Amino acid sequence: MQLQQALPELLTKIADDELIIGHRNSEWTGLGPVMEEDIAFSSMAQDKIGHAWALYRILQEHFGGGDPDHFAFMRQAGEYKCCHFVELPIGSYEFSLMRHFLFDHAETVRYQSFAQSSFVPLQQLAGKIKGELKYHTLHADAWILQLCTAGEDSRQRMQHALDQCFQLAGGIFEPGAGEALLIAEKVYPGEEALCEQWLKNISHVIEKAGLRLPQMTTPVYGGRTGQHTQHLQQLLNEMGEVFRLDPEATW
Amino acid sequence: MQTITTLQAVYNALEHVMDPEIPVLNVLELGMITDVKIDLEGVHIKMIPTFSACPAIDLIRENITNTVERELQMPAIVTVDKEVNWNSNRLSEEAKEKLRNYGIAAPVRHEGDVSLDLLEKANCPHCGSESTYLRSPFGSALCRALHVCRQCGMMFEQFKPL
Repeated sequence: MQLQQALPELLTKIADDELIIGHRNSEWTGLGPVMEEDIAFSSMAQDKIGHAWALYRILQEHFGGGDPDHFAFMRQAGEYKCCHFVELPIGSYEFSLMRHFLFDHAETVRYQSFAQSSFVPLQQLAGKIKGELKYHTLHADAWILQLCTAGEDSRQRMQHALDQCFQLAGGIFEPGAGEALLIAEKVYPGEEALCEQWLKNISHVIEKAGLRLPQMTTPVYGGRTGQHTQHLQQLLNEMGEVFRLDPEATW
Repeated sequence: MQTITTLQAVYNALEHVMDPEIPVLNVLELGMITDVKIDLEGVHIKMIPTFSACPAIDLIRENITNTVERELQMPAIVTVDKEVNWNSNRLSEEAKEKLRNYGIAAPVRHEGDVSLDLLEKANCPHCGSESTYLRSPFGSALCRALHVCRQCGMMFEQFKPL
């Protein structure tokens, strides 16, 4: 595989993760348990979708990709490279919160590594995004700590959410095609290295919160090769509904 | 029509382009302008968004183009500068003063990297107290966080340090 193929693969999977979790998080708009949480999830959703857009834009400018809006909304489920973790419905609040905690720490580690990338557009974008992500992890950590120390029932629900999420979160780090080349060319250090750093970062918070970190035994793979849960196509139908009414419209 | 203009005239025009979400601040005070050049084609202006997913960026870009073209009678070419990243140290001291008068706490100056302690720190714009706490890192716009003042009991927004 050439770098010209491996790079778009990498960009697409990260962008698709951000687009889909952005849409999922936006489903909390109007439903948050307290007003600040409603606003926080909406703001983070906006950030994620903005990050996805920036990555689709790099695909367009450097790899002859299509219009970002078109690319975001008009593909079939099998052409998306997002992991299963981001596709799942929002579920209970603790599930969404735990997903946000695990995903945003992974995203942070990823962009920290991209800040040293040999691929300049990615390195420039990382410089912009990593400061913003601090607010996402600050938000996640604060809620994990608060809910885990709020009483036994609360802590148990958070533990259950962690157990439910953990193997799925492993799917964020599914190695992609051309990985060895991307590492050799110093685009990024590869999924295994990112996963290790991620485990180190989350362990710190998990321990403070009094939670038990499960073993990563069976990470849920498949998303990176276009195999998805039934939830993705349903979400895509909904996401693209307005766009498909008039794909040529100028907004 | 050929109009001769100066860099100073461009900067004067830019002072009239206000942030749609914080209308007391112009794009220069926000530190959003990274370069201005004039050549035969017209005025070339480079700008940067404060937050990468800022929804107001296209509107601001349009406002810059329209204002410069109207005031200087020259074509304006406005592009987003990818080489420079915005950070809150780019806010001028005047801008911070205007923010406080507008009721929004100003970001604390930092040394290159924002630490977690710094994110949680804000002086109340209403009573000036330092005894405040971070209620939520997300407010009514991406660039704002919500804090509460222990002294006067008011909730207030802060322009986030970044």
